[in-house]
Amino acid sequence: MSALLRVSEVSKSFGGVTANRALSLSVDAGAIAGLIGPNGSGKTTLFNCIVGRHPVDSGSVVFDGREIRHRTVPQIARLGLLRTFQQTRVYGAMDCVQNMQISAPQRDAENARQKLFRKVPAAVTEKAESLLEFAGLYEKRRLRAGELSFGQQKLLEFAMALMNEPKMLLLDEPTAGINPTLINGIMERLLRANAELGITLLVIEHNMRVIMNLAQHIYCLAHGSLLAAGTPQEVREDPRVLSAYLGAQ
Amino acid sequence: MTAARAAGYAALVAVAVAAPFVLPQYQSQLALLWVMVVLALSWDIVGGQMGYNSFGNIVFFGIGVYATAVVQRDLFFDIDEYAHAAGGVASQLAPLEYLGGLALGLVLGALLAVLAAAVLGAGILRLRGHYFAICTLGLGIAMGEIAGGTDYIGAGSGLVTPLFPELLGERNRFFYFYFMLLAFTCFGVLGAVYRCRFGLALNAIRDNEDKAEAMGLRTTRYKTIAWCLSAVFLALAGGAYGNFIGFVDPVDTAFAGPTLGVWMILMAIMGGRGTLWGPVLGAMIFHVSREFLWTYLLGWDRMILGLLTVLIVLFLPLGILGWLRGRTAGRAAAAGVKPSAAESRPSSSTSQPPLSESQP
Repeated sequence: MSALLRVSEVSKSFGGVTANRALSLSVDAGAIAGLIGPNGSGKTTLFNCIVGRHPVDSGSVVFDGREIRHRTVPQIARLGLLRTFQQTRVYGAMDCVQNMQISAPQRDAENARQKLFRKVPAAVTEKAESLLEFAGLYEKRRLRAGELSFGQQKLLEFAMALMNEPKMLLLDEPTAGINPTLINGIMERLLRANAELGITLLVIEHNMRVIMNLAQHIYCLAHGSLLAAGTPQEVREDPRVLSAYLGAQ
Repeated sequence: MTAARAAGYAALVAVAVAAPFVLPQYQSQLALLWVMVVLALSWDIVGGQMGYNSFGNIVFFGIGVYATAVVQRDLFFDIDEYAHAAGGVASQLAPLEYLGGLALGLVLGALLAVLAAAVLGAGILRLRGHYFAICTLGLGIAMGEIAGGTDYIGAGSGLVTPLFPELLGERNRFFYFYFMLLAFTCFGVLGAVYRCRFGLALNAIRDNEDKAEAMGLRTTRYKTIAWCLSAVFLALAGGAYGNFIGFVDPVDTAFAGPTLGVWMILMAIMGGRGTLWGPVLGAMIFHVSREFLWTYLLGWDRMILGLLTVLIVLFLPLGILGWLRGRTAGRAAAAGVKPSAAESRPSSSTSQPPLSESQP
């Protein structure tokens, strides 16, 4: 398998604070990779660098064979590389179905121009509803997204991402702030999205049970640098990872 | 349902058409009412549906006013003679000349306004929140000052629009029907546009622009199109408004930020921003109460209008229509009617039944 996303030697600093120091990682097409690390280790900054939200100081980001370092957020999203947010971001005053409809992919500019002043096709609405069902939100589909609970908003955000038919999804703490019952539901859906829809995943996660069961390969960051990488088993037993998390020096 | 709705619209059209004949003494006030409807509706595209508080939409209105007046002047009057008479030329035009000049001016004004919206938007629409609001506020004031200092368009002494040809009938009635048709067109076009993907995109930008970008939406393009759409209707209203008033003053007629420019925002917010009917309702309530107030309570009118605005913003922040909708939704919830609970979904082949979830 070839790498779908290859991050090489990416550095990013904010003033005197180096958030990412020459980070390299790669995720194979169809794989699920994990990104862990203590608070402030640079995980979300790396996501922001990959999707074009922060300009990268140095290094390169190659997605699907293209250098995307200098592209904007919407351009990268249209290539099929999407991210979800740690604090949920949904269109609060629109209902769930509308949230889904507007998330339908618009890769081709010509196509997008033509569809802009047409009603949303029935096929899109149908797909939106079936994905809402997949996310367990079908009963809530006519509620405003802002009225959903935090966990339901996370599910909606995930469903919106699937609606966009991405090649790869970057998920920023998909289970943070979610009750344990729902966590299992989210995990199961992530695995199904990967297996059935073939979406490559890169997941930031603090819940070790979740990430160890989800990812085939895990990268661990600390203080902006790559601390360890390997299978869940290897990372779990790496003394450097343990000391970074537990503070035992 | 649709038949009832069609009947409702037909009744409204009938009332609108009959109004100037039933109440000929209020004809010009009713014409102004339609101007207000167009102003509120076109402000709401960007201000309500897209959530960008623009205080500068009056710019496009003013461009329409001036473009039309200048075209009418240059098409039919010798500039030397006109300048010599210091704006006092008021010779009669033939009906076709007048209509031709007006139409050409309106089209040109609309084109210029769209161009201005596209150029200004490319820079200003990158700003968000208060920065956008302040920048547009400055824009409106600047345009008034620039117009007041430009000799070609009459500078501070303004422009006189051509006299309305008597052969075309009553001037106020003519403009009543022009503004009425414009308001209907604006309402119809916006209603259709909001039902398209474009409407959803505008709402997405309003609710969370970062998310919209992260999902790959071409937000810059949508924002520019929305502002251009707003500019078209404002310029079409403005061009005729100058002729309707008969005199173009840079600050009082064209770039009338403190009056029309603020009113369009008040009307949309009062009625319910982000809805199709809200601005219409707001414009009607605002205009009628304003006319009554300054007829019967001159001197107190602005105070009372200000008070009314404060009360509505404080107690009905979603506007009158938003408040009504919230009430009906609340009543439905109180009666235990969930919109979706009764319907059941036919099982789809790709997905298994949803897991039963408890709220986190």
